[in-house]
Amino acid sequence: MKLKWAIIGALITVIAVLTGCEPLTVLDPKGPQAQTQADVIWISIAIMAFIVITVFVMLIYLLIKYRGSKQPDSYEPPHIEGNKVVEAIVVGIPVLIVAVLSVVSVKSTYEVEAKPEGYGDKEPLVVYASSSDWKWHFSYPEQDIETVNYLYIPTDRPLEFKLYSYGPITSFWIPQLGGQKYAMSDMITTLHLGADAPGEFMGRNANFSGEGFAENTFNVKAMPQQEFDDWVKEVKQTAEPLTEQKFDEILEPGHLGQLTFTGTHLDFMPPPEGHHGGHGADDKKNSHSSHDSTSSEQATQEEHEKEAAEYEAHND
Amino acid sequence: MNINKTQPLEYSTEQGRLNILGFWIFIGAEVMLFATLFASYFTLFDRTGNGPSGSEIFEITPVLIETLLLLTSSFTIGLGVHAMRIGNKQAMMSFFIVTLVLGAAFLGVEIYEFVHYVNVGAGLQVSAFTSILLTTLGTHGLHVTFGLFWGIMILMQVKKRGLTPQTANKSFIFSLYWHFLDVVWIFIFSFVYLKGMM
Amino acid sequence: MEFFERFAVPHPSPAIYASMVAIALTSIAIVIGLTYFKKWGYLWREWLTTVDHKKIGIMYMISALLMLFRGGADVLMMRAQTAVPENTLLDAQHYNEIFTTHGVVMIIFMAMAFIIALMNFVIPLQIGARDVAFPRLNALSFWLYFMGAMLLNISFVIGGSPSSGWTSYFPLAGNELSQSVGTNYYMLSLQISGLGTLITGINFIVTILKMRAPGMTLMKMPMFSWAGLITNVIIVFAFPVLTVALAMGTMDRLFATNFFTTTNGGMDMLWANLFWVWGHPEVYILILPAFGIYSEIIPTFSRRNLYGYNTMVISMVVISLLSFLVWVHHFFTMGQGALVNSIFSITTMAIAVPTGIKIFNWLFTMWKGKIQFTVPMLYALGFIPIFTIGGVTGVMLGMASADYQYHNTMFLVAHFHLVIIPGVVFAMLAGLTYWWPKMFGFMLNERIGKWAFWFIAGGTCLAFFPMFISGLDGQARRMYTYSEATGFGIWNMLSFIGAIGLAIGFVLIVYNIYYSTRYASRNIGDDPWDARSLEWATHNPVPEYNFAITPQVNSRQAFWDAKKKGHKLFKGGYKEIHMPNNSGVPFIMAVFFFIFGFGFVFSMWITVIASLIGIIACLIHRSFEKDHGYHISAEELKKSEVELRGAK
Repeated sequence: MKLKWAIIGALITVIAVLTGCEPLTVLDPKGPQAQTQADVIWISIAIMAFIVITVFVMLIYLLIKYRGSKQPDSYEPPHIEGNKVVEAIVVGIPVLIVAVLSVVSVKSTYEVEAKPEGYGDKEPLVVYASSSDWKWHFSYPEQDIETVNYLYIPTDRPLEFKLYSYGPITSFWIPQLGGQKYAMSDMITTLHLGADAPGEFMGRNANFSGEGFAENTFNVKAMPQQEFDDWVKEVKQTAEPLTEQKFDEILEPGHLGQLTFTGTHLDFMPPPEGHHGGHGADDKKNSHSSHDSTSSEQATQEEHEKEAAEYEAHND
Repeated sequence: MNINKTQPLEYSTEQGRLNILGFWIFIGAEVMLFATLFASYFTLFDRTGNGPSGSEIFEITPVLIETLLLLTSSFTIGLGVHAMRIGNKQAMMSFFIVTLVLGAAFLGVEIYEFVHYVNVGAGLQVSAFTSILLTTLGTHGLHVTFGLFWGIMILMQVKKRGLTPQTANKSFIFSLYWHFLDVVWIFIFSFVYLKGMM
Repeated sequence: MEFFERFAVPHPSPAIYASMVAIALTSIAIVIGLTYFKKWGYLWREWLTTVDHKKIGIMYMISALLMLFRGGADVLMMRAQTAVPENTLLDAQHYNEIFTTHGVVMIIFMAMAFIIALMNFVIPLQIGARDVAFPRLNALSFWLYFMGAMLLNISFVIGGSPSSGWTSYFPLAGNELSQSVGTNYYMLSLQISGLGTLITGINFIVTILKMRAPGMTLMKMPMFSWAGLITNVIIVFAFPVLTVALAMGTMDRLFATNFFTTTNGGMDMLWANLFWVWGHPEVYILILPAFGIYSEIIPTFSRRNLYGYNTMVISMVVISLLSFLVWVHHFFTMGQGALVNSIFSITTMAIAVPTGIKIFNWLFTMWKGKIQFTVPMLYALGFIPIFTIGGVTGVMLGMASADYQYHNTMFLVAHFHLVIIPGVVFAMLAGLTYWWPKMFGFMLNERIGKWAFWFIAGGTCLAFFPMFISGLDGQARRMYTYSEATGFGIWNMLSFIGAIGLAIGFVLIVYNIYYSTRYASRNIGDDPWDARSLEWATHNPVPEYNFAITPQVNSRQAFWDAKKKGHKLFKGGYKEIHMPNNSGVPFIMAVFFFIFGFGFVFSMWITVIASLIGIIACLIHRSFEKDHGYHISAEELKKSEVELRGAK
């Protein structure tokens, strides 16, 4: 059968390419989480290849052996209902394979959902990554700086991304550092990553979010902690402060280049977490009317507004 | 037409039996419909945004009246089907009329209840909670409304054509529908109102 | 003028204007043609008002083929746009509209219609029934589906297409981010056709449970009928979930409720959950009938009985149960934590076990057989390897940790197309070719059919295998363009070439239909494939009453054993047959539904109320109508049978 050979040929090509000169992004991990995932992918490819080859061999054998043109006209195929032993094998082997894969899957899922291993007990760097149409905002609360559409990270340190969205569901993905996770407007999701070596990586929103989706990407640069600290220092000296007004402008739908600010929008526009009923994206519009449910919240709100006003004054 | 005399009238024809089985399966689909609404209700229950919560708006009196009306109507339609089985057209029609009147009264109280919700600031658009609350109650209410008109059609046919295998079949299926609405209401009563008021 | 402004397309292009003209011209041509050839009466009497399951099946099939070409045209535009980096054939908005429409049309209006087409035509014949349990409702099902399909299909020329993906995730699909009426069309058209599907589900469950020929116990039923039974059970339990989700989505968009909004407590994740609670079983609604078709075709052309009948049935039941327990695997990345993901990862991979059993049973069916490479068999044989690849990559996707890397990429796109195309499209084409002589009384040309098969099978492999690679290389799905530096160009070009191969295959199928209609022999007997189940025991094409005498069954392969072992299928003489009357009400009611949907899309409430009154009037009419059908007497039956036999 031509098809079978075509498929086998295609498979060989695929494998050749997979192992060939330029490694595929996902299979070229630069961090512990991505490494775990690449290992799982390779294990599953191996097991799946075994299944595919078994089916192909059986199919080709049967088609050659029992094709009608080979058999005498008088041949009447027998009536066979089934066989307990054969069926037990056919059930048993897949059950075993699925059991093995389940163990791998569960173990690795817990791994990638936890702080990456191998960095001792270093404190993770927390970055709030929020998306708006069609940009990424990276807030470093510890360093008190914010960037748009680019991300600098230290190597050899756990990274903890807090994800949320000002608008549609997006998905934060840096393939070489690890798998993606959704950013949504009514809750914060947490993604644990880590980078082992300095380098530049592609990052993007992987979940369709409308017209500007294709270009919704960002650059990631990993560097040693020292270099990272220098960068933070430089930003603090040179960058403009982020005001509420400026942030509102940035939130407008569209594409922007890379921007850098001191201060973060977390101060005047807190992320959805801790907000009953999830106001998320509309905090901005509702902050004056909707947050008067508790007096303490109102107080913080006023404080933030004062801060924002100060920033604005400073700006002028 | 093959009429099987050993069966009750509504089961006596082949098509009648198919109709009843088909309707049971339809009720299966309706169970899924309401199950989805309930699941969504439980998910959105505490997402009240700036609107009121359940305990702030629920009133026990109209709910108890509604429950009483609907439970009684389920009982009277049972009596109606019993009357139909013994061939008493007049009694059957009377019980069906009582059922429909009770249903209409239920609907009246429910409309009052809805007006009350809107008045206390729990309109459809206020929050996820009010949206799902009014949609769940409203879906049940629409079913009752549809049932009222359907019941009237059937009564008109029974009056005109008497108790034939066809009219008996329709009446029986209608009674299944009505009982089903009652069962849904019991769930609404327990899981929406009682749980909400606690 | 203001009134008409709402119907304008918000984002027009020359292609859309050209389509408007083409649609207008085609409609005028059809009207003129029908008038000129005086076919209005024929159309009304024989088709629009029919309640015959065979004709309804054929209408489903024609609609499905039309939708296949609609969805296929979308594919060619998409693949052409992405064939080279930074292409400007389409802009982002058009690309988004096209892939959204492609998904909706292919799943809901092509694949669903095609499986229902074959179920309609074949199942009553296979179980020896006169028709379905509720012929009138069956017509209503079809017309609701048809009007739903039409409603979606006019969207791109009136008011704008939906553009938030076939999954229509909120808040993207909400009012603020999708301002055109496109998503309204999506909600309403799916709602209307979904209602039709639900009615089909109820209808076929009752038919299969209650109307089987005497002697045909459930465990003697042909496998396609078994698949039909299980599929329809899934339909009845899955579709109400979609009904609710769509209703909530519609209310969010039109009545400003807060189910899936980002304010006032709305929860976008609820839509994703509800959508996939329906969406995953939907996948099995499509695939199980396909499994049933292969279970008919492989034994027929291996000249052997189906291996492991019992395990086939059990595995389908298990699949149907598991199908409701895996929906979370569509969004492992939503942040529900390792425990939930682990549970759904295991249930997902568990589906591979019953599916694997089926694959092996088909292989064992060929063992010691006498395999004939007819066109239907070729599709079945092409299905096994390609579906296996699609299936095992599904297991890979089911591993939650790795899914974080596959999710939303071309790898996923490759996976589900390599499952759905061999699983559903191949099966539909195989079934179409296989049952074609039963439908129309002649066979499709084998030579052209084989050419078409090789183009379609080759095209499928070429179009989708490269996506595994570009997916692992980081190409997200639904991107209308990409830069040259990404290196995705070569893989996308290969996909484009594959898509062209597929297109050639489908054109060949159309040509085959034309060619065979003109030249094929009409003298083929009742059983041209030497098949095994009851549908081949009646005449070709099938008379309106299906079987003159109800068959009596006492084995799994009723017709085969009648041929080989001399079982007598038809005992006794001709008896009067009761038949249902044709009715125009289903069609008229569906037209009201169309108007209802259209009014709703544009918030024209007077239109909505008027059409609602029309729908209710149809219901009242049906309730009061005394329609006892008509009878075919024994003499008429005898006459018609003699004629049919003479025709051979």
